[in-house]
Amino acid sequence: MTADHQHGSDSPATRTEAIEALLVKKGLVQSAAVDALVERYEQDIGPLRGARVVAQAWTDPAFRARLLEDGMPAIRELGFGDNTDAHVARLVVKENTESVHNLIVCTLCSCYPWAVLGLPPAWYKSPAYRSRAVREPRRLLGELGLDLPADVEVRVWDSSAEVRYMVLPQRPRGTVGLSVEELTGLVTRDSMIGVEQL
Amino acid sequence: MTLPVRLDEDGAAAPPRENGELAFSAPWESRLFGLTMALVEAGRLDWEEFRGRLIVRIAAWEKRAPSAGESWNYWQRWREAFEDSLEAAGLVNQPELDDLTRRLAARPHGHDHHNDHHHHHHEEHAAHAVEETDQ
Repeated sequence: MTADHQHGSDSPATRTEAIEALLVKKGLVQSAAVDALVERYEQDIGPLRGARVVAQAWTDPAFRARLLEDGMPAIRELGFGDNTDAHVARLVVKENTESVHNLIVCTLCSCYPWAVLGLPPAWYKSPAYRSRAVREPRRLLGELGLDLPADVEVRVWDSSAEVRYMVLPQRPRGTVGLSVEELTGLVTRDSMIGVEQL
Repeated sequence: MTLPVRLDEDGAAAPPRENGELAFSAPWESRLFGLTMALVEAGRLDWEEFRGRLIVRIAAWEKRAPSAGESWNYWQRWREAFEDSLEAAGLVNQPELDDLTRRLAARPHGHDHHNDHHHHHHEEHAAHAVEETDQ
């Protein structure tokens, strides 16, 4: 029996409900603002496993080569991907360069590289993102704040039940000498989906 | 994106995470977290003071050497620290909180489905109980 299923006055759920009711009544908080805050915080440091994989690839050329060759065995080297995404046969990592920018999408549903990126953001599952990522990726990226030069080729990767994609973003300038841990802190979820550059 | 405070990433006070995301195992846990952050953002509670109380509550639980039946729950310690902070700041006192909690717990069976889908429903009931307190 978990705490959530207790219904007595010592249930933390009931007590929290009472705290909220009192704070709302006293005009100290608004329930809608609380929801929004929780959403902002849930992803405050981003998907750690994916970020760790990217930082490792930036600092270890041999690992980077293995990662680009076949993603799953490479992320298992770091201790990830064993139970979270066991049914997925392949993880394909696409590297961004000066001339190529990669973007991942799932046009049919919401396939996503859970093993490294955790839960997908709500917009990833939206019909607008799923259709426009393929039809007009450059414009979509522009609206999301990423204006790519005309000479950069945009490649869109459509995920499926069998193959999940992840973007290996370019290492930001001015990060020479940073440790893997410090670099991990720079990598965002959006950069590994391909809607942001670091 | 700017957030009012930076949460601890390791150490006793760091919230549980799953692949970097905050890990909540029940709706009340995320609710509690959101309420705390809303008051911090509004300047009603001081984050460092709250964090200090959280560390105290966690240490107290560990010192109590709980029996095998009581499993660890980070958010329960957060709730205790939050109540301590509310009391200290004069925002909510224990008697009024105890009273409303008892009244909410005494609702007829079937009112108490703790999940997101029933949330609105839920708040209405809570609001009711608060109003009745005034009469």
